[in-house]
Amino acid sequence: MSVAIEFRNVCFATAEGRLLLDGISLAVEEGTTTAVLGRSGSGKTTLLRTVNRMVEPTSGEVLVSGRSVREADLIALRRSIGYVIQETGLFPHMMAERDVALVLEAESRPREERVRRSRALLGAVGLEPEQFAGRYPHQLSGGQRQRVGLARALAAEPGVLLMDEPFGALDPLTRAEMQDMMRGLMARLKKTVLLVTHDLAEALYLGDRIVLLSAGKLVANLGPEEFLRSQQPEVEEYVRAFHRGEERAAEEKRA
Amino acid sequence: MSGFLAQYGGEIAELTVEHLWLTGAAMLFATAIAVPVGVWLTRRPRWAKPVIGVANVLQTIPSLAMFGFLLPLPWLGERAARVAIIALTAYALLPILRNTYAGIQGIDRSLIEVARALGLTDAQRFFKVELPLAASFILAGLRTATVTCVGIATIAAAVGAGGLGELIFRGVASVDNRLVLAGAIPAALLALVCDGALGLMERWFRIPAPGTAA
Repeated sequence: MSVAIEFRNVCFATAEGRLLLDGISLAVEEGTTTAVLGRSGSGKTTLLRTVNRMVEPTSGEVLVSGRSVREADLIALRRSIGYVIQETGLFPHMMAERDVALVLEAESRPREERVRRSRALLGAVGLEPEQFAGRYPHQLSGGQRQRVGLARALAAEPGVLLMDEPFGALDPLTRAEMQDMMRGLMARLKKTVLLVTHDLAEALYLGDRIVLLSAGKLVANLGPEEFLRSQQPEVEEYVRAFHRGEERAAEEKRA
Repeated sequence: MSGFLAQYGGEIAELTVEHLWLTGAAMLFATAIAVPVGVWLTRRPRWAKPVIGVANVLQTIPSLAMFGFLLPLPWLGERAARVAIIALTAYALLPILRNTYAGIQGIDRSLIEVARALGLTDAQRFFKVELPLAASFILAGLRTATVTCVGIATIAAAVGAGGLGELIFRGVASVDNRLVLAGAIPAALLALVCDGALGLMERWFRIPAPGTAA
């Protein structure tokens, strides 16, 4: 398999000199989902944003399909990469149909094509086009908004999808539904996905690989099964926090 | 009363049209200046304070003094209407400028981020995202400016620019309250009508807040 995204010793420091990314090297294989896990402030969002150059690394290099993103045309690069963020990403003045096809509109594709594509995508993320195409964000539930956001990210048929805590604001059951849909969709579409999350359950469920960041450093890059069994202290800490509830319930039962 | 209207009705109508023309022309100029400058300031926020400060100072010049200052200037002074339109433009700048700037600055940063991340060009981001989201704000500034200018335009008659102030000044000079009212009432109505019409437009462009019931 070929490498879709490659980080080569990527560092990023803020203008005040705070080091948010500290020499990250990572290769993401084509068609796989990599969950980037870590605490708030560990640099995971920053890492994600170097891929579509919303953040320019201070040093090091990011390559997409073997090409340095720095050499790519910025607008073309961003249009070729899907981007989903938490909750607030939909434009409040656009109906779902227009929002989903906004990248196509930006490329001046004919209206008829935009409508067709937009409706197909709404269907693909589980929203009946007849019912939802004409809705504004305030007329959608949180889960529906997130589905529209995902449909929009897929509009330009990107090979790479960046997702920044896409389901973070949803209740657990809605989140589970979204994760199921996501899994089905990814199995079909074979996108390379970089998924930022702080939820280990989500990382285990959706990730082919789990990358753990801590204070800007990459501390682990493991498969889901290995991750749960790892003896590495940083990983164990995360896994322990994940199992806490179950353990407590088990203690209760024993007592 | 009917005799009064028969005598002055035609003149009132004519002066109302003149009043509208002075205000309308000033609003066009002010919008053409203040909206682009306001947008530019959102790109160069360092300049926002000094530029809005200048507009603020313009606003504080007493209107009669403003007309007086402009009158002796070459070209401008030749026609009273020119003086009036320039002065009214100066007064209209601040509300439009301030609202354009604040309207765009006030847009949720994450929406601007998304627009960039989707690969919209700067122009596309402005026309497809920023302008529609700030439109009701900008219109609110335009509305404040218009209502203010309809009022100030009555003073333009002092330099002979015409408008409904003409009747007011004449009424004051001849101690004829009917004449004063014949100018003041249409001017007030004009302000109300402009306020209402622009208010409707503003409402039309208002964006429903997220989370207000499905």
